Amino acid sequence: MARLSVNLEIAKGMAYSELTRVAKLCPFQAIEISNGSLEVNSGCKMCKICLKKGPPGLFEIIESEAASFVDKASYKGVAVYIDHAEGDVHPVSLELLGKARELADKIGDPVYALLIGRNLSACALELLHYQADEVFIYDRKEFENFMVEPYAAALADFVRKIKPSSMLIGATVSGRSLAPRAAAKLKTGLTADCTKLDIKENSDLVQIRPAFGGNIMAQIVTPRHRPQMATVRYKIFSAPARKDDPSGKVTECFIDDSLLFSGVKIEQIRRKERKPSISDAEVIVACGRGFKAQKDLKLAYQLADLLGAEIACTRPLIEAGWIDASRQIGLSGRTVKPKLIISLGISGSVQFKAGMENSETIVSVNSDESAPIFQVSRYAAVGDLYEILPKLIRRLNENKKPGFQLQPASFTI
Amino acid sequence: MRILVCIKQVPGTAKVDIDEKTGVLKRSGVDSKMNPYDLYAIETALRLKELTGASVCALSMGPSQAADVLREALMMGVDECALLSDRAFAGADVLATSRALSGAVQVLGGFDLIICGKQTTDGDTAQVGPEMAEHLGISHASNVSEIISCSESSLRVDVNMGESSEIQEISMPCLITAEKDIFVPRLPSYKRKLKTAGADIRLISLNDLPDSDPKGYGLSGSPTQVERIFPPESNSGQVMLRGDPEELAERIFNILNVSKFI
Repeated sequence: MARLSVNLEIAKGMAYSELTRVAKLCPFQAIEISNGSLEVNSGCKMCKICLKKGPPGLFEIIESEAASFVDKASYKGVAVYIDHAEGDVHPVSLELLGKARELADKIGDPVYALLIGRNLSACALELLHYQADEVFIYDRKEFENFMVEPYAAALADFVRKIKPSSMLIGATVSGRSLAPRAAAKLKTGLTADCTKLDIKENSDLVQIRPAFGGNIMAQIVTPRHRPQMATVRYKIFSAPARKDDPSGKVTECFIDDSLLFSGVKIEQIRRKERKPSISDAEVIVACGRGFKAQKDLKLAYQLADLLGAEIACTRPLIEAGWIDASRQIGLSGRTVKPKLIISLGISGSVQFKAGMENSETIVSVNSDESAPIFQVSRYAAVGDLYEILPKLIRRLNENKKPGFQLQPASFTI
Repeated sequence: MRILVCIKQVPGTAKVDIDEKTGVLKRSGVDSKMNPYDLYAIETALRLKELTGASVCALSMGPSQAADVLREALMMGVDECALLSDRAFAGADVLATSRALSGAVQVLGGFDLIICGKQTTDGDTAQVGPEMAEHLGISHASNVSEIISCSESSLRVDVNMGESSEIQEISMPCLITAEKDIFVPRLPSYKRKLKTAGADIRLISLNDLPDSDPKGYGLSGSPTQVERIFPPESNSGQVMLRGDPEELAERIFNILNVSKFI
């Protein structure tokens, strides 16, 4: 494996101003000036920008001995952890089965579904209508409710016995607790909230997600470990259609009692009332920092009312306490895939875009022509929302009047 | 009772851009701040301290500048703090980060409860806390939205499970990640600032860890590797709408109308 090193001979000969310039190249402040030379600190993310932009030879990549490689050939198949509540499968798991089929077919691998719970035979048979070649069930009373330690033990047991090459897990609340627990147990890599997945011929999973807290995507691989684990949000991929004829088989798995320990006791489970969720909305009006005061949001609410839309927003508005946290779109909020989303005054951080870019039609209003949100928008309106919205609302209100006829000639898109 | 809070320094703004021609990262501004979600973790620890007389230690991993967030934690009321820092940790992914942090937890020793924020605003993975719990062989609960009670050997908490919420009793030692809004975080106090100005920050480096083989940390201990970074794709077939507000409103109206949204 590699690490970055400073060639001290070159660094000693550099002027202080030059050292300062080089130190500033690093977007992570990992290059420090010390004793008239340069040092790379632990903030280094190995992005290699200093190699490209710094004086030639100043930075070097030191390759150390290669870490041991896992025998990739002994791992086969793309497995999906099935997230469910008492056999009621979360749709993200079906979406992942569809993606798993697509990936597995590229390299001729099987698709596995892993089902952990109680009384799940009917659920397992149903999964055979959704592209799984083999459904593995861990069915016993200890698994009646989701508990992270026994579930992680079952997942690890499945991996050790079946040896899937990749393991996909829905990034639900329980999935985001289970996946890291299991990955640490298996001492393997885990990539959170992937927005794209692909597979190489050698079964390396290509995992793409926003990275470094900025407007950057990273392509991540797990080249020396198996299984390659990844979580994916709900509504990133599309669920396959249910096949009329099931195919594949169901296999029961058994786990040693000693592995079922849990330090957590569930005293009470309260199902939350199903509030209208932005994840399920067909039309969304999303608000950003273009709104200067909370009271101004009434423009967005009026528009949402006229369109039968749900209101959503970016993280700063949640932090300001203007809108309920359940309405946040983005990596720290929810992923949405509506038929229509109208973004108002949203610049479009990569985290926000990752939460909505799969929407069918994106209309954005922003006064800044270079706002990143426009990159993912089908319709990009450059203008002031405070001026445009009242006029749009008036227009929609006029349209509601009985007997009003649209003039086809006025269509100028 | 001893409580450990794990905190992280993150970029002050999410404004990082990439030069499409050269592929070089451009981060505007050099400011950094405490991960906002960690404020809730610190506040939770301080409330438990007030309730039980526990001592609270804050731990961060990062370059020497990360000491700033530890000083902020001291100003909020944390009793002591430690910085885990070593060149060998550079380029660490979730597994290598959580392994290093778990080693530091063992060095500091004797905690009943570890509290993390629910996620960071730069990595956004929410994975480091649960992986630490697995390395340490202790139970964990993610997304704790309320502390109901705390005894010598266990913690009763309300956990946000998405579609449901659960009351769980967790045996200590254990790790929890604090949901946003579990408590309102206090501001750093000026009095505490004066009082803690000279406080020591304990430094922990690779050689202090129980397993100090560098192969297990940083880039070489990371199963995941970043192959390349690139700017997000932009939408082709895009229609730019320009004009005065009246015109723009009319065109948006027409789009909604033709697409049958009204």
